[in-house]
Amino acid sequence: MTKVTYIDASGQSRTVEAQIGSTVMETALRNSIPGIEAECGGACACATCHVYVAPEWAEATGKASQMEEDMLDFAFEVRPTSRLSCQIKVAEALDGLVVTTPAKQG
Amino acid sequence: MNEVLSTDVAIIGAGPIGLFAVFELGLLDIKAHLIDILPKAGGQCAELYPEKPIYDIPGFPVVSGQELVDNLMKQIHPFGPKFHLGEMVERVEVAGTAERPLFRIGTDNEKTIEAKSVFIAAGGGSFQPKKPPIPGLDAYENKSVFYSVRKMEHFRDRRVVIVGGGDSALDWALNLHPIAKRITLVHRRDAFRAAPHSVNAMRELVNTGDMEFVLGQVTAVKGEDGQLSALMIRRENGEHYDHPCDDMMPFFGLTMKLGPIAGWGINLHENLIPVDTAKFETSVPGVFAIGDINTYPGKLKLILSGFHEATLAAQRAHHYVYPDKKLTFQYTTSSTSLQRKLGVS
Repeated sequence: MTKVTYIDASGQSRTVEAQIGSTVMETALRNSIPGIEAECGGACACATCHVYVAPEWAEATGKASQMEEDMLDFAFEVRPTSRLSCQIKVAEALDGLVVTTPAKQG
Repeated sequence: MNEVLSTDVAIIGAGPIGLFAVFELGLLDIKAHLIDILPKAGGQCAELYPEKPIYDIPGFPVVSGQELVDNLMKQIHPFGPKFHLGEMVERVEVAGTAERPLFRIGTDNEKTIEAKSVFIAAGGGSFQPKKPPIPGLDAYENKSVFYSVRKMEHFRDRRVVIVGGGDSALDWALNLHPIAKRITLVHRRDAFRAAPHSVNAMRELVNTGDMEFVLGQVTAVKGEDGQLSALMIRRENGEHYDHPCDDMMPFFGLTMKLGPIAGWGINLHENLIPVDTAKFETSVPGVFAIGDINTYPGKLKLILSGFHEATLAAQRAHHYVYPDKKLTFQYTTSSTSLQRKLGVS
């Protein structure tokens, strides 16, 4: 089983099992991870599932698409490894992925 | 303005459920007014995902958010609903008696709507501007930090910083440019999702030195008594600097907030409105809650469930609008009276 770790803004870490093919956002909601709101339900239309991918995972998760970059303009405190978690699909290669959630989404 | 309008049912929220409620009420000869904070009908379907395909509307294998809204608008057209768009309901006051209630709905545009029943179809609440998590920002709001422009004159001869890269940011940078002393646009990247002609107009002004563009993000505010004196901006290279200014306008899109509903004297449970499942009525007789805003055992936040809720609420609302009339159930397929109302007979 693939694992994803979410670290919240206060530093608390939560590791959960993730289904291959589901998104990092869906996995967070399914496991009641705080700090991810996903107002639009995964349509890449709201920027309330913003996460910082841990630098060592940035290459594996890849870069944000053009549409995702546009939507990241609506997020706060955007950093080089910022992504929208609804746009990251869990895959075997991402087993152990670590993301941090920002202090404020909406 | 202090306009007082009168109708049978005031529907708060013009999303898909509020729109369909007009249809079900209309079949029962009940007139409706709709109020929505967005400048257009359709709620989340139109604002958040107009192009997103929806697969679980009965009878539509696939339909986009905007198509669904367009179809609903067509479907309710025969009933001539009145829309109050770009207005937020601030107050719902109960007058009259429990048996024959009367409600006064006050909007932020100083309109008052009197209705015999109220349908709250507000979804996730009202769409409001996202506020950047900058410490102490609240103290400046509506004094020198604005999320929308109410009076252009306020900005005359002031140094204004506009933050963001979308149409709102670009439009206001261009519109306020002739009035303000100086406009500075701050955005996290040198790419904009605004209309190309706005982006070109902005770039031209920047090239001639008539507008300033800073690549960075605002991290702190400085000032006194609600009046800004400077913003701390982190440039792309990580350096911080103080940018003197009088006003700031952040444009980070919209988010859903429950808003004033909490102050209307209706029982709430975790920001949702509990209702019964026969009438979808709230703790206040005559006030109904339908769609994503309500809660009951087994509730699913689905558009199709909201349609059902609107239908049953309309049946009960008939009792408040026509207390002396008996309601007989009819089908649109066979009732000539219903067909006449729909304009198809």
